[in-house]
Amino acid sequence: MIKILSENCTGCGNCVAICPVGALKISDGTAVVQDNCTLCGACVSDCPFQAIVLERKEAAPKQDLSSYKDIWVIAELENNIPKDITYELIGKARELSAAAGEKTHVVVLGSITKEAESKLVSSGADNIYLVRERIFDVYNTENYTQAYCQLINEYKPNAILVGATINGRDFAPRVASRLATGLCADCTALGTVQDNAKLIEWTRPAFGGNIMATILSPNHRPQMGTVRPKVFKISTEPTENKASVTEVTVKIVADELVKHIGFNKITEKMENKIEEAPILCSFGRGVSDEKSIALIREFAEIVGGTISCSRAVVDAGILDHSKQVGQSGKSVGPRTYFAFGISGAVQHLAGISNADIVIAINKDPRAPIFQRADYGIVGDAKDILPELIKQFTNR
Amino acid sequence: MNIIVCIKQVPDTTEVKINPATNTLVRDGVPSIMNPYDKHALETALTLKDKYHAKVSVLTMGPPQASEVIKEAITMGADEGILLSDRAFAGADTLATSQVLASAIRKVGNVDLIFCGKQAIDGDTAQVGPEIAEHLGIPQVTFAVQIEKNTDHLMIKREHEYGTETVQAKMPVLVTVTHADEDIRYGTIKNLLKAQRMQFPLWTVDKIEVDRNKIGLDGSPTQVAKIFTPKIIKSNSILIEEKNSEQAVAILMEKLKQANVIR
Repeated sequence: MIKILSENCTGCGNCVAICPVGALKISDGTAVVQDNCTLCGACVSDCPFQAIVLERKEAAPKQDLSSYKDIWVIAELENNIPKDITYELIGKARELSAAAGEKTHVVVLGSITKEAESKLVSSGADNIYLVRERIFDVYNTENYTQAYCQLINEYKPNAILVGATINGRDFAPRVASRLATGLCADCTALGTVQDNAKLIEWTRPAFGGNIMATILSPNHRPQMGTVRPKVFKISTEPTENKASVTEVTVKIVADELVKHIGFNKITEKMENKIEEAPILCSFGRGVSDEKSIALIREFAEIVGGTISCSRAVVDAGILDHSKQVGQSGKSVGPRTYFAFGISGAVQHLAGISNADIVIAINKDPRAPIFQRADYGIVGDAKDILPELIKQFTNR
Repeated sequence: MNIIVCIKQVPDTTEVKINPATNTLVRDGVPSIMNPYDKHALETALTLKDKYHAKVSVLTMGPPQASEVIKEAITMGADEGILLSDRAFAGADTLATSQVLASAIRKVGNVDLIFCGKQAIDGDTAQVGPEIAEHLGIPQVTFAVQIEKNTDHLMIKREHEYGTETVQAKMPVLVTVTHADEDIRYGTIKNLLKAQRMQFPLWTVDKIEVDRNKIGLDGSPTQVAKIFTPKIIKSNSILIEEKNSEQAVAILMEKLKQANVIR
């Protein structure tokens, strides 16, 4: 139940503005909650007068929370080597675990190369749980879920960080559901509560990136979240800390319902992956005719850029969804982001928050992309592109 | 073959704007739509129905006006719809939401295939589908982009970081859909009339068997501590409004050189 404390409410209307579903209105100088309220709680923390309370039946935690400690990073292997996201998470996990005076563990399922293992040992983590069984060399939702649940039940981590990759977002909800615990999806910032370093603050974009929400899971353990790749930088600080390697085994009933048949990899060079690309040339629906795309490709070639696009371009079937930048696509972090004819819906801007320099070309001087851009040209990308090609070639 | 498609009515988040002066959401005129990925899920189900004579039922949880998306689904070709609506469901996080949907699917019974959109564009969690599958104790295949049915199993291509993965899945299975193989169909007049006449069952908390401690706000492990609008606005933007393209680009090049972006 959500309640307005009329003695505190001044009718300032702050809550009306923040409510994502428009369920609040001011009537007779006080806030009124309407039927379409989803109890999301957005207004509660936002009220300057503490006039809104969200009442819950505060069920006592079913678990002994104090028996859960340390932070885990779930490693994701590709060709027997941890992906970058694993190292991005280790850096963050070290910060979080240090705040609580605890340790960072990395969990690896499947075969890992010797070289990658020693790199992981020097990554700053305190311990690595290695489950070397070959069955985990092929990803399978159920097999992975069983393994993680077994390890979690045995070692009781306080929090678990999972990369918000295709497979991370596949097994994490399955694990959370099996353990009946909370999971926060696709986080872009992590911290700890001020007076309780063991309680993780998971921050994520919601509502198409229009708002950010900070989520807690106060009464359930382990606390779990998936974290978007490329939002945390890999720590380059040298560390003398060498992780211990704990070889563990798990007993699972191998899944026979879903079978991996094969991969059809688009054989692309590393620099063609938009989330790895140092330079991106991105375009919107307005410049997605053949002629414009040819110009954008030509320009991309000159600056060494990779092609990406807005959601509308993918919806129109012009590019594959692997090229989509934004909240429902990919987060990118290039040094330079060229935006051609992209208006900059919030959901798009959410995906380029880590771009160093944004250069936007758009006809509409009021387009939101210009608020985010470092440099902007007001004009038709179709006219500007030939000039860009000429002047970048001749520079 | 019995297929259930879970759909959700969402605000069209691409239409939401931020008022830069007050840094608050501008919601006026933002339409409510069927979650776009759910539409892809529904199209995938209807494509199977066309080929194999399946019965397609849609299931949605939300306020009473969420029945609009059921009507839309019937217009596109779904056979039946069920609305789950009760104040007791409000404030649910993904786990509590999935409990209600799983209970409803159990009540429908005898389901071969469950489809969900890969994620809803208001929350973007992609968690409800897998959590439903777990409650039902059936396998899942997430982020599907192509589905073919063989005798007793499905061949599913799922989106992967750099290409696709093909998996073979036995039914019953829950599949979350990124993209339908076919273009999303328009409704027909005949179905539209059917949708307008049709009475949908409304299932409240009393109509399904569910542990009340596991649903709604009180059944949600996660709690929203704070909501804020992201700061996306740069104060030092350089905007070039020169009309002549050659000049405009020349100015840009000069600025980029000054800032050492290019040499």
